[in-house]
Amino acid sequence: MSENSQTGGQALVHALEREGVEAIFGYQGGAAMPIFDALHDSNIKLVVVRHEQGATHMADGYARATGKPGVVLVTSGPGATNTVTGLLTSLMDSVPVIVLCGQTITSMLGKDAFQEADVTGITHAVTKHNYLIKDANSIPRIMKEAFHIATTGRPGPVLLDIPKNITQGECTAAPLSEITLPGYNVPGRAITEDLQAAAKLINKSRRPVFMVGHGAVLSGAGEAIVRLAKKAGVPVVNTLLGKGAVSETHEFNLGMVGMHGTGYANKAVENCDLIMAIGSRWDDRIVGNIEAFCPDAAKLHIDIDRAEFNKVIQPDVCLAGDARLVIEDLIPLVDPLDTAAWLKDCSSYKKMYALKYQKQGGLRAQYVLDRLDKIGGQDCIITTDVGQHQMWAAQFLRTTKNRHWISSGGAGTMGFGFPAAIGSALGTGISSWAIVGDGGFQMTLCELATAAELGVPVKILVINNHFLGMIRQWQELFFDNRLTAAPLPGNPDFVKLAAAYGVKGWNIKRMADVDKVLQQAMDYNDGPCIVNAEVVQEDNVYPMIPAGAPYSEILLEAPKTKLAKPTGST
Amino acid sequence: MHIDTSKEMHTISIFVRNEPGVLVRVALVFSRRGYNIESLVVSPGTSEEFSRMTITCSGEACTLEQIILQLAKLVDVVHAIDHTNTNYTETEVALIKIRAPLDQRTAILQIAEHYKAKVVDYAPESLVLRLHGESAKLDYCVDLLAQYEILELVRSGKILMARGVDPT
Ligand SMILES: Cc1ncc(C[n+]2csc(CCOP(=O)(O)OP(=O)(O)O)c2C)c(N)n1
Repeated sequence: MSENSQTGGQALVHALEREGVEAIFGYQGGAAMPIFDALHDSNIKLVVVRHEQGATHMADGYARATGKPGVVLVTSGPGATNTVTGLLTSLMDSVPVIVLCGQTITSMLGKDAFQEADVTGITHAVTKHNYLIKDANSIPRIMKEAFHIATTGRPGPVLLDIPKNITQGECTAAPLSEITLPGYNVPGRAITEDLQAAAKLINKSRRPVFMVGHGAVLSGAGEAIVRLAKKAGVPVVNTLLGKGAVSETHEFNLGMVGMHGTGYANKAVENCDLIMAIGSRWDDRIVGNIEAFCPDAAKLHIDIDRAEFNKVIQPDVCLAGDARLVIEDLIPLVDPLDTAAWLKDCSSYKKMYALKYQKQGGLRAQYVLDRLDKIGGQDCIITTDVGQHQMWAAQFLRTTKNRHWISSGGAGTMGFGFPAAIGSALGTGISSWAIVGDGGFQMTLCELATAAELGVPVKILVINNHFLGMIRQWQELFFDNRLTAAPLPGNPDFVKLAAAYGVKGWNIKRMADVDKVLQQAMDYNDGPCIVNAEVVQEDNVYPMIPAGAPYSEILLEAPKTKLAKPTGST
Repeated sequence: MHIDTSKEMHTISIFVRNEPGVLVRVALVFSRRGYNIESLVVSPGTSEEFSRMTITCSGEACTLEQIILQLAKLVDVVHAIDHTNTNYTETEVALIKIRAPLDQRTAILQIAEHYKAKVVDYAPESLVLRLHGESAKLDYCVDLLAQYEILELVRSGKILMARGVDPT
């Protein structure tokens, strides 16, 4: 090998350094060893996980919290296939993640070599783009393309499959200053005609609502949205993933919309005469029954991904562009509106349909989360797993800062919450509360070792109901309470389990202990810790709009009559 | 070739970067939405960096709008155009191997002549005809020949080009 040449593995690592990568979440294996070896000489922090799925969720949480791409390094075959769930999670929620996979040597491709899998084939449908690298000299170009694709436009995961002879071979290609991707165009500003058409509709509206989605978080549109909402006098609701773009303590913000959204946010959407989705794709958990969704309201859609237009909803105006730029361009075109009566209606909805829960009969998950909100939760990053606890967290933990709410929305991936918190805490240094269920936590709790090793400020709150609670709720409501595969009688003692990893823990069994324990966990600054809250086992999340139902069928509390099986997607 | 007439037929032209995997990516956009590809032609573009795909497919129009947008979104797709109801010129080639005993040969050759099909293989028991033109013309000819014994049929699939200076 000549003087100034490098191995393919070194070329990969140098490319990562040029992209400003500070941390990699990785797991070793034969085909990836040359890349790991090249990392030995780098300042990039290598986080050794306990399962590749955990690596992908950590990278995802890192990316959502910091806005920088999360990077994963795994081996071929099973190492690569273990990333598939994480890739789906990142793809569905538009998160920039780069996954580097080792692969068998090129001459053995397609020959069922040891630990060979058709990884590009397997991941076509769960990546924004993927590459099989067959020439070490293409590494600088492909790495630059990969980071560009992952982080621009609608962000998403990009996977690189890299045969071992490539990472061991020689790369003499110099870094590129430019790349050309003729098929990849990212809209920036919306066109004037669309902006004017949108402004015209907004200016006619008397009962407008802005629906803020993840796109607003990603583009940092919150401040602009507040300016527009204030100028025009428009209330704001946010989607599950839109939490935090506009502070949920802001007077204009009605909180979360959709299946388990607040009654008042949903009432505002039901009664509006105009709804503008800002970086939201009208997910079926928001829209419910498509035909019955705001049938008489004008609909505007701001999205950086043109393929989202007319997919679920046929909007009156579609604005292709970056959410922040589009809103900034709309501000001068929109007049102060006559919405005084509407704003009054919305504040009366807030009183009429206030979130409520029972305070009797034992420790309630809602109470624990409500208290966490009051004693400092808003200064922390909140990540969640998937299930009832996720919805209660979304309702009761108000998010006040952009990128402080991290949850698997589109994929609804159980096992996401805890590793995502490791990633967010590592990336920001900010204390991250992982709100998890006893079911989902057990899917990735091997990462307790990773968290302990890193000493990151992750605080795990297990909402322990000894059930797959969300499943049990659906069985109670829609399956005559026939509980199949919902109870979890084999749960471990989570505090003792954590102790085995050297992780501090507390149990909460009574309401009276909630503040004290949460405060202790909040003040604990010697690495990760866990709070196991033994909550009422059979409690249900309300409000609830059954899947596929119109907003008018919202259940604000437990129904008195038997419900029909929901027709919506899931 | 079975054509489901309950759904609309569409012809799409896709201009792609000549990268490995691009065919799979394009096919996945269709298959995920239950869209049936009737024919697919991939051919080199004017520079070797690019390729052209011409796809005929059937399905609902609203799904097709999604498909076009999703195709355009693929990193390796430079553009994707639905040519349904636009002004274009098209052609397709068919090779038809037909059993041609002496007592049927003249009749078969008359049909071939009518459709300007060329006999490209003249064998003791069979003929191979080469026919080109609009896909509908090929359909008619094949239908007519079906009263004899067609041994094999190979069709290239439709290719098209927008008229005037419009891009394909
Ligand atoms: C990987 C995965 N498997 C299955 C599901 C389906 N699912 C959704 S919520 C849920 C129950 C979650 O139970 P738990 O983690 O205990 O949380 P809880 O609902 O009790 O708060 C299940 C099984 C899922 N979302 N993800």
